[in-house]
Amino acid sequence: MPPPVLSVRGLRVEFPTRRGVLTALSDVSFDIAPGEVLGVVGESGAGKSMTGAAIIGLLEPPGRIAGGEIRLQGERIDTLPYDRMRRIRGKRIGAIFQDPLTTLNPLYTVGRQLIETMQTHLSLSDREARQRAIGWLEMVGIPAAAQRVDSYPHEFSGGMRQRVVIALALCAEPILVVADEPTTALDVSIQAQIIALLKRLAREKGTAMMLVTHDMGVIAETADRVAVMYAGRIAEIGPVRAVVKAPKHPYSAGLMASIPPLDRKVAHLAGIEGAMPRLSAIPPGCAFNPRCPHVFDRCRRERPELIETGTTRAACWLYDPASERQAPELLRHG
Amino acid sequence: MAAFILSRILQAIPVMLVVALISFAMFAYVGDPVAIMLGQDFTEAQRLQLVHDLGLDQPFFVQFATFVGHALQGEFGLSYRLSRPVAELIAERAPATLELAFCAALVALLVGVPMGVYTGLYRNSWLSRAFLTFSLIGVSLPTFLIGILLILIFSVWLGWLPSFGRGEVVRIGWWSTGLLTLSGLKALVLPSITLGMFQLTLIMRLVRAEMLEVLRTDYIKFARARGLSNRAINFGHALKNTLVPVITIAGLQLGGIIAFAIVTETVFQWPGMGLLFIQSVGAADIPVMAAYLLLIALVFVIINLVVDLLYYLVDPRLRIGRGAAGGH
Ligand SMILES: Nc1ncnc2c1ncn2[C@@H]1O[C@H](COP(=O)(O)OP(=O)(O)OP(=O)(O)O)[C@@H](O)[C@H]1O
Ligand code: SF4
Ligand SMILES: [Mg+2]
Repeated sequence: MPPPVLSVRGLRVEFPTRRGVLTALSDVSFDIAPGEVLGVVGESGAGKSMTGAAIIGLLEPPGRIAGGEIRLQGERIDTLPYDRMRRIRGKRIGAIFQDPLTTLNPLYTVGRQLIETMQTHLSLSDREARQRAIGWLEMVGIPAAAQRVDSYPHEFSGGMRQRVVIALALCAEPILVVADEPTTALDVSIQAQIIALLKRLAREKGTAMMLVTHDMGVIAETADRVAVMYAGRIAEIGPVRAVVKAPKHPYSAGLMASIPPLDRKVAHLAGIEGAMPRLSAIPPGCAFNPRCPHVFDRCRRERPELIETGTTRAACWLYDPASERQAPELLRHG
Repeated sequence: MAAFILSRILQAIPVMLVVALISFAMFAYVGDPVAIMLGQDFTEAQRLQLVHDLGLDQPFFVQFATFVGHALQGEFGLSYRLSRPVAELIAERAPATLELAFCAALVALLVGVPMGVYTGLYRNSWLSRAFLTFSLIGVSLPTFLIGILLILIFSVWLGWLPSFGRGEVVRIGWWSTGLLTLSGLKALVLPSITLGMFQLTLIMRLVRAEMLEVLRTDYIKFARARGLSNRAINFGHALKNTLVPVITIAGLQLGGIIAFAIVTETVFQWPGMGLLFIQSVGAADIPVMAAYLLLIALVFVIINLVVDLLYYLVDPRLRIGRGAAGGH
């Protein structure tokens, strides 16, 4: 197996607040292999965006990485000084944000934004950069790119703007792209096109991708592996087939059973009562225990780590042979 | 573009007419110019002659039309106090005021914008706090007090800078400038700071607030995610986006600077239009006051126009909006 492009180990993110330190992420670990797409799912507030922000080194202060490590192609990046990390952003890690209406600077033409990004990271003459900018606009499917390169963002539709954002994220040819809900803000009719584009470009360029989304359809179609997050931790991670078709963690099972109509954020889970706890009120033991239909004693005492289940790894005591209770048929075979 | 300028000029006309009406009303109904001009001894015939000469026996609208007609040609009659054409008096004084206002605006912008950017970027540094405290003082101290304090420190105690007048001036055509002599430049320092202080602090606070706002936007976060340098982000993307509101306020404040030069000119005995106006008020010299009022209104109108044009240059969204509105 090739060494991973991205390797996150025991990542812990804290927010010092007036009423004590909130732990937004804890013990988050995963790898992304070259060219692989890792889907990240979970209810609102699970920590998906926070994970992405930590990887690109842009956590909003006072949020900070309090533990663990992040490696890009083996190089530790979470401890780099700002300016060294800046040179990695855009060049080796591209980012795609949620709302294309607000992610482009309204006062600069799209061409200028592409050119400045490329010239920051690659040594290109003005002419070369402009040629490439036009090339990128063509590549992301903007018609009449040679003319549109001098247009301002407001002259594009939402879908077209997200194409521009994708071009901006990819234009310095990063090896990893962090895409945080890249289609949530778009018209339903356009979402599939944007995802198809992203998938095609990632395949062509061999770019690895962390794709945060609420859309299980997108996950099933695009991701190679899936991480399910709950209350700042990874609840389950594994190959997309296994996680979607035969989830092992009771939370994943609830999530998959409640696949929401297209892009709607998952607010309530089918068959699972209650809501995800606030960061300040995460229960001891397994964070999911107040809502879990399979909860037993040990869940309230000890916090489970990721445990091999055969197909995936799940943070659930049902899969620890030492537990007094084992996974029911339903979960074991999906 | 041309259509846009034309429409703005058309909009400005009623504004100017209203101001003209006010200054005309002042002209015609405040005080009695005839009595002022005749002095103590006069005959009834002399009085009637003067009334006729001044056009005061004409109906209101004819008088107003005549006033506007004359004003358009820059004619405001004779100063009661100095018995010289008002236009001449103002033209003589205008360079002093305009140079002062220009320098004050320069001080306000060149100091206010960088201070605003700095305090926006480094919110918690001690220097930012010092700037903010300073700006609070600048906003709350009245102009005349700032002027007097500056005179006390730099003229009386240190003796570095003159406390009144323009210093030596050089004439270039009808324009007299203090910018070309050392004493002229030295004389400009204290009044410019005094006059620009309020605007400086205002611009600083405005730039700071806008900067904080802009730095929170998604496109700045995205610019960071693209790995752009701090320089490009702060002084390119962020600063440019703060410019639109800053241009408006700074533009309007420039008008304010010219109008409020009155106080500064009085404190520093600066021989500009403001001082002329104050002296005219003292002597109920209505023609000068009326002309001054109109001139200030004109300055505001022109500045507004320039501000709108600058918008147009800075913000592409307006270009499209206006273009579409005008073109269809
Ligand atoms: N500045 C902050 N201070 C304290 N807590 C914060 C702050 N910003 C975010 N959080 C918390 O961190 C947690 C993770 O948020 P995050 O944005 O990563 O969620 P998400 O999984 O991306 O959700 P969504 O699906 O809504 O985008 C949330 O519980 C949120 O309330
Ligand atoms: S550890 Fe216990 S509470 Fe948590 S998911 Fe598994 S069974 Fe449910
Ligand atoms: Mg999010």
